[in-house]
Amino acid sequence: MSTQPRLVEVRQNVLKQNDVLARALRKRFEAAGVCVVSLVSSPGAGKTTLLEQTLTRLRASGCRVAALVGDLATENDAARLARSQAPVKQIITGTVCHLDADMVERALENWELKDLDCLFIENVGNMVCPSSYDLGENLRIVLMSVTEGEDKPLKYPTIFNTADVALLTKMDLAAAVEFDLSAAHDSIQSVRPGMQVLELSAKTGAGMDEYLQFLELHIGSGVAV
Amino acid sequence: MHELSIALSMIEMATEEARRRGGVRVISLHLKLGPLSGVVKDALLFSYEVACNGTLLEGSRLVIEDVPVVIYCEECRAERQLGSIQRFCCPVCGTLTSDVVRGRELEFVAMEIEERDETDEIVNTHRTEGIKAITATDPFRQFEEVAR
Repeated sequence: MSTQPRLVEVRQNVLKQNDVLARALRKRFEAAGVCVVSLVSSPGAGKTTLLEQTLTRLRASGCRVAALVGDLATENDAARLARSQAPVKQIITGTVCHLDADMVERALENWELKDLDCLFIENVGNMVCPSSYDLGENLRIVLMSVTEGEDKPLKYPTIFNTADVALLTKMDLAAAVEFDLSAAHDSIQSVRPGMQVLELSAKTGAGMDEYLQFLELHIGSGVAV
Repeated sequence: MHELSIALSMIEMATEEARRRGGVRVISLHLKLGPLSGVVKDALLFSYEVACNGTLLEGSRLVIEDVPVVIYCEECRAERQLGSIQRFCCPVCGTLTSDVVRGRELEFVAMEIEERDETDEIVNTHRTEGIKAITATDPFRQFEEVAR
């Protein structure tokens, strides 16, 4: 007997599984009173250097910090971040180009969240894939270094659109690469009007005070912008 | 390139649904895709074809409907379709806005199935709550009407 093909409604977000996990994580973070900040950028924008400085300085001010760091291979970044003395765990993704909520959940096994004030999650260097995955974070920071070109936001609008704050990094190199600061700001505002932008150099320390004050504000309130 | 894992998720969801319905044959999957989903259409289509091989869904098609980005303009008090995702401003009055109404979709809307034999009656009793079975020519439009 031949039957007619028919259409059935499914109506589900393909990333539903990740979203459900991320929501559960966010609840856990909230219950433990920990503010979670994720960092996304292209490879080499300065996430690890900035994070090492951030962990060191926040720790010195009495803030209980920790970090998860994602990479396709090697534990090099975790070793660099561990110099801050903060608890650090490397997530090796193998061939996967982004972190997802499940990887974060598994990495947190055996960690006492209530002993932390702030957890940083450094995503795999990638301007595309991480934008699709909610990690349960309170704040998503997108980094863009001055060596990458002012129009980076126009090339990768989605990652800027899913982030809460943008950082212009390696500002100490701005003059050397003839970085057009106002064009960069225009690009960011074009893809995400009203987005807060901070400029800094983790190397010289310029802009770091403002950045840390900004973070402390969020760690204190524990809410996203 | 995370499109392969997206394709695998869809195949998993569809396989589960097909099994629940008594092992029906899957003809096509219908997906709504927004430019702000972070997923590349061509890469997803390619990944889908590869990932289907050797599964219950082998030979099925992935049909993608592109959803435009729609923003809400405070000035016009209206929803407007964005001309380009490089510039988030109202196409009518030029006011900048970050208020995205649509465009982030990565939604598995529907699937077209066909009974393999005379198990139709049994299959119908296996219908999950919230999942409606209807006949339609355009799955995207049809379900929008149902939703209204």
